[in-house]
Amino acid sequence: MAKPYVRAYVRPNSLAGYPTGPCFTAGHLAETNAAWRSERPVLTLERCNACLRCYLACPDGAVLLRGRSIDIDYDFCKGCGLCVRECGTHALEMVPENRKGEKK
Amino acid sequence: MTGDPAAQPKFLSGNEAVAWGARLARPHVIAAYPITPQTTVIERLADWVAEGSLASEFLHVESEHSALSACMGASALGARTFTATSSQGLLYMAECLTYASGGRFPIVMMNANRALALPWNIYGDQQDSLALVSSGWIQLYIEDAQEALDLTLQAFAIAEHPEVLTPVMLNLDGFVLTHTYEPVAVPSQEAVDAFLAPFETPNKMSLTHPVNMGFTAGPAHYTEFKVQQHRAMKNALKVAADVGRDFARHFGRDHGGAVVPYLCEDAEVVLVTLGSVAGTVREVVDELRSRGQAVGMLKLRILRPFPERHLLQAIGRCKSVGVLEKDVSFGYQGAVFSDVAAALSGQGSKPMLRNFVAGLGGRDISRDDVRAMFAMLQSACDQTGESRLHFVGVEESTHA
Amino acid sequence: MPSSTAKSPVAKLPLSEDEPFLGHKACAGCGGSLAVRLVLKVLGERTFVVLPAGCMSAVGFIYPQLAFGCNAIISTFAGTASMMSGVAAAARALGLRDYHVVGFAGDGGTADIGLQALSGAIDRGDHFIYVCYDNEAYMNTGVQKSGLTPLGARTTTSPAGRVLAGARSHKKQIFEIVAAHGIDYAATATVAHPYDLIRKVEKARDTAGTSFLHILAPCPTGWGVETSETLDVARAAVDTGLWILAEFEAGRFRINKTPRRFKPVSDYLGQQKRFAHLGSADAFAIEKERDTRWKRLQRLCGTAASG
Repeated sequence: MAKPYVRAYVRPNSLAGYPTGPCFTAGHLAETNAAWRSERPVLTLERCNACLRCYLACPDGAVLLRGRSIDIDYDFCKGCGLCVRECGTHALEMVPENRKGEKK
Repeated sequence: MTGDPAAQPKFLSGNEAVAWGARLARPHVIAAYPITPQTTVIERLADWVAEGSLASEFLHVESEHSALSACMGASALGARTFTATSSQGLLYMAECLTYASGGRFPIVMMNANRALALPWNIYGDQQDSLALVSSGWIQLYIEDAQEALDLTLQAFAIAEHPEVLTPVMLNLDGFVLTHTYEPVAVPSQEAVDAFLAPFETPNKMSLTHPVNMGFTAGPAHYTEFKVQQHRAMKNALKVAADVGRDFARHFGRDHGGAVVPYLCEDAEVVLVTLGSVAGTVREVVDELRSRGQAVGMLKLRILRPFPERHLLQAIGRCKSVGVLEKDVSFGYQGAVFSDVAAALSGQGSKPMLRNFVAGLGGRDISRDDVRAMFAMLQSACDQTGESRLHFVGVEESTHA
Repeated sequence: MPSSTAKSPVAKLPLSEDEPFLGHKACAGCGGSLAVRLVLKVLGERTFVVLPAGCMSAVGFIYPQLAFGCNAIISTFAGTASMMSGVAAAARALGLRDYHVVGFAGDGGTADIGLQALSGAIDRGDHFIYVCYDNEAYMNTGVQKSGLTPLGARTTTSPAGRVLAGARSHKKQIFEIVAAHGIDYAATATVAHPYDLIRKVEKARDTAGTSFLHILAPCPTGWGVETSETLDVARAAVDTGLWILAEFEAGRFRINKTPRRFKPVSDYLGQQKRFAHLGSADAFAIEKERDTRWKRLQRLCGTAASG
């Protein structure tokens, strides 16, 4: 699998800790994008018919396949709302994030 | 020294010698765009590819910028790459020069030193490479056709060394060296294969170890990459010396170190220069020496990294030093003179310094011109500031 | 209706479950990043990706946040296609097997500064897929006009002023320019028609020589739409006839979808703040150009490509 993931990145404290030239492990992430959101999509599973329109609409790869439906990767969801907009069965709705980033 | 018994003597131009060197190095990819006076290098390579005796992928790119971009793409996969250009083409690919050096792609490129427009001029001078001396490329200056072939091979070994990983520019004087013919010993492929190992690097895109390359680094990180690059370039002095010695073991030829002193040990007056004009200067040195004058020549073979220590060792004690070069940084002085003067300024003894800018736009540098330079260097009066710079052979005034 | 499929739903899609492009810093709702994501999910992880300066490289590769899980490199702005040629040549020389070379450049990087290199690469027939994600301006640097900015669109270098109201020229016809080279395969697509896009990526993938995909990738930031409306506006572009879904294959043009009647262009233009100032003269010119372009393409579909 080539899916990038977050690593424990510590800034090198010497030149030797840097890669030789701008060449580094593919898919090395240092942080998530969760903090971007002001609202988040929430799934009502019973309404999902697994059409996958949301999966094909997400620019961030934050719609995950789970069982016979989907789930949202809240680490990388930016809250754009495309999944909600594309859903034809109202299985997804946008809900405001509270200040702590938890579902209200 | 074992030499290379299977070497073949050929009568080659400087360009053909470079082409032979590139061919023997077995580059995976050649991408080049034609420009006078480089053209015969890529024509030879194209001949061999077309007849099947050179297995390289030869890309007909539509500009010099694309030539170096293509070489970088190939180098990013771990392929050995070669290209060639000159003057306008070198400047057209200028953004790619820093891209390649910062990207640590060990590309080898021959540059036919040629004057820069405007006015248009296709003849040889060194303004092109010397305008780009800070591009992060190792810069070598070649005197003759044998050295052209030999250094092309050595350039790959230097560039690809893991402690260097820096691209190399081989500079040959346009027409004067690129298009004149000399006897050249062409090594056998077997001997070259024994000298030059295949290119191996972890810095490449690989299907088993994918990487992201050529990325962005912000203010927090960019400086560290640049310092690394600077140190790697400085490593090249030692690596170049090691490669030169190794080459001599394999082929029985040694072209000297980063600087080549000629009769400098007891010289009071030395002329520093680079490229093929060193041949003319050497002859004048011999002539003046035969008349009892304590003169010498220092030939710079490696300009970047700048061999400051080697230079000071060779001429640090001289009373009068001139620098003969085929460029000028408008509004000040020649680029090589600036480097040499800065190195000598740290000395306890302050030699008299003169900068001779000659040969611009392919104007011939005669023995008379060189004799006049030595005469000026030997003259008693001290020159400081602006009048240190002399445009040689300009009628109205020789002072800048 | 609850799902009753026993297998994973994605089994019915010609896409890998992998996500080679993740963690990038594109704007919420970015059409360009959706284009990259979908193309890479079709091609898989044995892919070498080349991208020039532009949105996708700027958001994908800021050390230490490297959002490409497969091999990827940033090219010079003008040299994407030539760097791709170098990668393809090296892959041949090194005897690599079972891989893809793909490039993602924006409209500026393709039709303006990168056009020369693209032309040379198609001429050489190098084996790769060149994807132009078209958000119709230099979005990465702050929404400046490019050669693919449509007539009347407000950008920061073609503002809606009293004397000059938005961009003063129509989009260059980059799909036709590429086709005129006699390229092996070219197609237009949008991020809002994913099955069509996937089919075209597969065709490009299976093309022996060079292929080109021109993907409409709306930019909410630069176009002035909500982040959730990216796909709506791309659908409207097709439904109004302003974006033609077409292919060029084996020397022939083919239009994939011909609306029986175009929706009014105001449906499309009215959704976007970048056209808010648009006068009737420009709106009329836009319709007229659309009609001319359709006629021209339909005529081209009727004949084999020359040369």
